[in-house]
Amino acid sequence: MPDKPDRNAIEVVDVSKIFGSGEGQVAALDKVSVSIRENEFFTLLGPSGCGKTTLLRLIAGFDFPTAGGILLYGQDIAPLPPFKRPVNTVFQSYALFPHMTVADNIGFGLEMLGKPKAEIKARVAEMLKLVKMEALAGRRTGQISGGQQQRVALARALAPQPKVLLLDEPLSALDYKLRKEMQIELKRLQHETGITFIFVTHDQEEALTMSDRIAVMSSGKILQVGSPWDIYDKPAERFVADFIGETNFLTAAISGAGSGKARATLKSGTTIEATVAEGFQPKDNATVVVRPEHAKLTKDKGDLSGTVENIVYFGTDTHIHVHLDSGEAFTVRQQNTRSAGCGFERGDKVGIMIGNDAAQVLRD
Amino acid sequence: MATAEEVAKAAERRDVRDRWLLSAPALLVILFAATGPLLIVLVYSFLTPGAYGDVKWQFSGNAWTSVFLERDIFDDTLSLAAAHVTIFWRSIKLAVVTTLATLALGFPTAYFMATRSEKTRDLWLFLITIPFWTNLLIRTFAVLQIIRNEGIVNTILLKLGIVSAPVQILYTDTAILIGMAYVYLPLMVLPIYASMEKLDFRLVEAGYDLYATRFKVLRKIIFPLVKPGVIAGSILVFIPALGAYVTPSVLGGGKNMMLSNLIELQFGQGRNWPLGSALSITVMIIVMVALLAYVRNAGKSGVRHG
Repeated sequence: MPDKPDRNAIEVVDVSKIFGSGEGQVAALDKVSVSIRENEFFTLLGPSGCGKTTLLRLIAGFDFPTAGGILLYGQDIAPLPPFKRPVNTVFQSYALFPHMTVADNIGFGLEMLGKPKAEIKARVAEMLKLVKMEALAGRRTGQISGGQQQRVALARALAPQPKVLLLDEPLSALDYKLRKEMQIELKRLQHETGITFIFVTHDQEEALTMSDRIAVMSSGKILQVGSPWDIYDKPAERFVADFIGETNFLTAAISGAGSGKARATLKSGTTIEATVAEGFQPKDNATVVVRPEHAKLTKDKGDLSGTVENIVYFGTDTHIHVHLDSGEAFTVRQQNTRSAGCGFERGDKVGIMIGNDAAQVLRD
Repeated sequence: MATAEEVAKAAERRDVRDRWLLSAPALLVILFAATGPLLIVLVYSFLTPGAYGDVKWQFSGNAWTSVFLERDIFDDTLSLAAAHVTIFWRSIKLAVVTTLATLALGFPTAYFMATRSEKTRDLWLFLITIPFWTNLLIRTFAVLQIIRNEGIVNTILLKLGIVSAPVQILYTDTAILIGMAYVYLPLMVLPIYASMEKLDFRLVEAGYDLYATRFKVLRKIIFPLVKPGVIAGSILVFIPALGAYVTPSVLGGGKNMMLSNLIELQFGQGRNWPLGSALSITVMIIVMVALLAYVRNAGKSGVRHG
């Protein structure tokens, strides 16, 4: 991970947002606090309804927090209307102005800021080049494809050089290939412009590949903030472990916890080393997670034993679902080779070897 | 056996024939009920007035000359018919002012309605259409009841001590304007609302996000996008307002003659059907020219919804 300056672009302090009133009121955000550093690609990740878009809209100024403050470089912007915040948004639906050309769309923000015409023209040309849309500058936005609209939306939001760029699931309307392309494109743009990006998505893969840091949200709360590595390999809670990638949950008795490590005795009687979520003192019983690719299947006796229940072929790898003798389910992911099959069949009695440093003790 | 191509062609022919058959009743109605009478009016405008109304089948261009000109009784010279010009001008002015007034009132109303929740929107729409349930004359008399010297407005003003004597609103231009705005408001609100309802309000958010103030968003985003509705509403109000008859007569007290009164006069006491016909067609031409100019002008920077 490259060094990031420790200056915070955005600080969200104890922000709550309650929609409705009386009986029907819903807390979309519940005392959320998070700091987003200058220049980073920060992702708010969570299922729909977790509050990630609400948080983004509060930062943009389309909604106002019920309680708490939002600081932009130390200045509280929570009460400001959106047109007074040096923050721009790329909308999920792009929201391009249909009565204007591509170039007019990109120049709109600068025009509203009262910039001189010559400056707007130069900046629009620069933006068109940045998103490779020079050829379509004079087109109406209804006459270009979804991917092109996406680029225009990006250029429009970047043109006024905002301090922070907000992206609300901007890739969700694109097909798979285009989405992959745009992910790389977005990273490039963030690198070239040096603007802080706050990216909202429900796609965990997108979050892992693009972000410097990720905040995983659920039910109006931020559960964990960390680098993609932290989030994937050291999930703090069951929800985080479950939401990001596939994983195996095992019940274990914990002993000798200390300095971020513990010994976990699994139901099979085997004891393995496990890392412990930061700042957490595990009790006697806890859940341990092991990623499917961090375990190996053997025909001999392993750390766990069970029966092969199902084998699913994925091209790059094969998922082997094992019913453990303890009654729990366990999935092992095995890299495929061209010459041989996976080497196991349904009904086989198998052992599972858990790799060193593969297990993590969860907070809940 | 017919080839597939022949079958397709036959089906297409059948399709075209069916379409004509189905639209035939409507076309017939338009032909006989609209075009026919218009032609009669056009023909009458070139005939000589009969002594007791009606027309004599004798060609004359007099009716057309006297639309805007009048012949001096003594020396037979032509001069501008000041009375007619005044009436035309008064009616056009009233139609324009009515259009502007309904636009000023109707645009915010439509915006308000379109930004309500879906359920309440239907309620507002329903409320807007309620006046259509009543006859125009009755609606006009209702306005008269409200603004007359002993009416609600003056009673309240007197009771509150804001005025010491009733304000004379009835039988003034203000009264006519109030009545016209009230009567034609729904015709302005409905088309604007229809456009506004389709407006993607995320565009409004995008505008705010890009540093546009509320006024700029209205001018640069909302207005251009609902312009088709504004144009439709203006046309729907302007045309009937130009020929308005009941409202100006009842609320204006018939002091000032309107175009409609002038035309009515020719077919009634004036016994000059050709002049009435010529005036009617002149009004039509004015409307058409105004509309063409308006639509072309508005269409220049107009929106093409795609």
